[in-house]
Amino acid sequence: MTNIGDLPADPIIERRALIQATARSSLARRNLVSRLMLGVCALAFVVAGAVLIWIVALLISKGFHWISKPFFTQDPQTPTVFQQNNLGGIRNAIWGSIVIDGIALLIAIPVGLIAGHLLAESENSFANAVRKTTEVMTGLPSILFGIFVYEFMIIKFHYRFSGILGSLALVMIMVPVIMKASEIAFRAVPHSLKEAGLSLGLSKGVIAARIVTPAAVPGLLTAVLLAMSRAVGETAPLIWVIGNNYVATWSPYKQQSAIPISIYNGLLGAASPLQQDYAWGSALFLVVVVLFLNLGSRFLAAFLRRERH
Amino acid sequence: MSTEPTTESAPPAVPEDRVPGRVKRPRARSDGLYWGILYGATLVFVVVCVAFLVTLVTSSFSAWRHSGLGLIFGTTWNPDKELYGALPLLVGTLETTIIALVLAVPLGILVAVALVHLVPRRLRTPLSSFVELLAAVPSVVFGGVGFLVLAPYFQQHFYPWLQSTTHSFYLFSGTFSTTSTLLAGIVLFVMVLPTIVALSRDAIATVPVEQVEGAMSLGATKWQILSRVVLPSSRTGITGAVTLAAARALGETIAVAMVIGNYFKINHSLLSGGTTLASALATQWDGATSLTISALGALAVILIAITASVNYLGRALLRRASQGALL
Amino acid sequence: MRLKDVSVSFNGRMAVRDVSFDVPDKRVTALIGPSGSGKTTLLRALNRLHDVTKGAKVEGEILLGDTNLYSREIHPTLTRTRVGMVFQRPNPFPTMSIYDNVVSGLRFSGIRKKAVLNEAAESALIAAALWDRVKDRLKMHASSLSGGEQQRLCIARALAVEPEVLLMDEPTSALDPVSTKRIEELMSELKNRVSIVIVTHNMQQAARISDLCVFLLMGDDGAGEQIEVAPTQKLFTDPVDPRTLDYIQGRFG
Repeated sequence: MTNIGDLPADPIIERRALIQATARSSLARRNLVSRLMLGVCALAFVVAGAVLIWIVALLISKGFHWISKPFFTQDPQTPTVFQQNNLGGIRNAIWGSIVIDGIALLIAIPVGLIAGHLLAESENSFANAVRKTTEVMTGLPSILFGIFVYEFMIIKFHYRFSGILGSLALVMIMVPVIMKASEIAFRAVPHSLKEAGLSLGLSKGVIAARIVTPAAVPGLLTAVLLAMSRAVGETAPLIWVIGNNYVATWSPYKQQSAIPISIYNGLLGAASPLQQDYAWGSALFLVVVVLFLNLGSRFLAAFLRRERH
Repeated sequence: MSTEPTTESAPPAVPEDRVPGRVKRPRARSDGLYWGILYGATLVFVVVCVAFLVTLVTSSFSAWRHSGLGLIFGTTWNPDKELYGALPLLVGTLETTIIALVLAVPLGILVAVALVHLVPRRLRTPLSSFVELLAAVPSVVFGGVGFLVLAPYFQQHFYPWLQSTTHSFYLFSGTFSTTSTLLAGIVLFVMVLPTIVALSRDAIATVPVEQVEGAMSLGATKWQILSRVVLPSSRTGITGAVTLAAARALGETIAVAMVIGNYFKINHSLLSGGTTLASALATQWDGATSLTISALGALAVILIAITASVNYLGRALLRRASQGALL
Repeated sequence: MRLKDVSVSFNGRMAVRDVSFDVPDKRVTALIGPSGSGKTTLLRALNRLHDVTKGAKVEGEILLGDTNLYSREIHPTLTRTRVGMVFQRPNPFPTMSIYDNVVSGLRFSGIRKKAVLNEAAESALIAAALWDRVKDRLKMHASSLSGGEQQRLCIARALAVEPEVLLMDEPTSALDPVSTKRIEELMSELKNRVSIVIVTHNMQQAARISDLCVFLLMGDDGAGEQIEVAPTQKLFTDPVDPRTLDYIQGRFG
């Protein structure tokens, strides 16, 4: 039995003793550093959580008392000498948001779903190019889309400021989101379903409409909710194109307001402290709606993940 | 699991009509309709994207003709005098983004470490979602909180404290009001923090447990494992996270417009007001002449170039990280 | 190293029950048995790897020298410099060079002197039969090595802190036959330096390289039990327990 370990036995034992001694003596310091840094991490986490809680608490404490029936049913009023605290409500903004977001949904959902379906079904270079384009579009600041609609519709076609232009700008934000998420949802449909349809002699269109889409509905719904939660809170793309109004109207062809716009204008304009305070109510309402949609899409996605397993 | 309709036992060879691209079945016409609709909708989207780019680029031509390179390097932005120098905007964009990143990157990474290695596994997803909720809050709300709550507080307490503690250091010198570049940077910091936390958390969580165990069995303390093995292994993903957060900060429009003061001169103090590329697009629009609109179009093009490239870089890094490559 | 009535449980469910044997000094001890018999679980208890698993409980005594490794006064980090481990799949640290990998254990313990690090690295790499291969490429990344070489790198890394016992968890099961043979040859040289405890599901490997065999089998309650402990030769030619005989003859996997 060769004893390679025999000759340098001494250095090994020496080294072992040195290592053990060093490890032991440095242990206290190393443990302290470890505990300290982990404490710092925990602290960071608490700070981050505290910030979110603080914002929510702020919104609730400052905005909650504004939420009342007139808030939703009245248009903004200018405070008069006799009614200095009557600011009315944000009915114009609420109707505006409903109209603008609703029309945007009506356009964005079919386009987004169909295009997403294409991406899920084809692998050619066109699909890849479209995918890359979508990725780029989701990363762009949303105000650019408002500028585009302004340049195109208002300047080129001399259209007027109106709610529907805002919808068009929002469509450009929503379609890439819906495309990306619906591609994932469509791809997740098991191949066996499609093959079953093919073996039954069904055409691709029928397969897509009657088999694949219903199977992908939960994922598609998640996509739509996600896009909605984004669009509802957007201010910038609307600024350039929807004008403004102070009287609620359902017409998308007239100038419109929207909830985020009303907050933005309310704070930047020459607003009195009362009007500034008033914005909290709108902000709380907006956050509730957005979080509701966002959480809704998350729960749906989590529910889906559990379903599949 | 969704119910799968049973099929007759299929022969091992793939029948002709199942080979993609070689459809030789009847009803080819309705298939054409199918693909027609698919490609049609997608083409509409593509055409709109192209129109988007073309419109913005062409809208800026008259401004380029008017100001030339001064559009980028000029230091004065005064639409009334038809002076369109965007340097103050570029400087402001850089300043606010840097402030946001300097604050968000260390904090974000530490929070991500906490989420992966300190928090009980069962709580990880709910708590992560909790932090990510911050990302869902609309920018106008951040701007509102910044403007109504932070701004007065800063003016009354924070800026004076900064000036006295740093003895009016260069960056913190001068007069101030409520809105400032520093405030905008801090608001951006809160807005990009969830991005860094979420993406870094993914990068840190995907470090193989074998490496952690390997370090552990060599006699390393928990922090030694984290700092010498886990974080280095996830550095590609973390860098991608930071890059994407930067892209977000560079393009943030509304929140910045509400708290930065929209002051169009370059000032060395962070306590003075300022402006950024994106926020100028929001604030300079009202009552603008057609030449100003064109100049804003030029700003828009610059903004597209910057955000698209930074975004692309960030996503490429994340892709490389998920493939296991290391920076 | 001596084990006395060692049991490991997870959240109350027993995984290994009442194992007792002595690990002979400077010899190779093999833990064998079909999958699920708790071999790896037992092995990981020996360097306190279960400490970070929630709900894991290790009972009994594990003595190294005259100290109980699980006593309150000993910090697990120190234990792990005395009892090293090599894993089933090679796990070199990907961001570190070969040199940095080998000395990483030393650096964790606080040793910084270049002279000591260099000496230890060379000694460990020679012992792992890797020195000639990498001595001119110490600064290169560990990923430039083949699978078998990476595993030897991990062995060198574990050896560099001069442990008294080296635990090996199926170290060759992820390797090709040539690398496997190399590492088996290595083990017969390594045992002059450290005592080796190896988990293997490969009976022939155990018969080839080990001096002592511990046969574990999953009992009726799902917990691994120690069936027989004997010098390898004896266990394979004249086992005491009929279940050992069944396993050796391949009656169950």
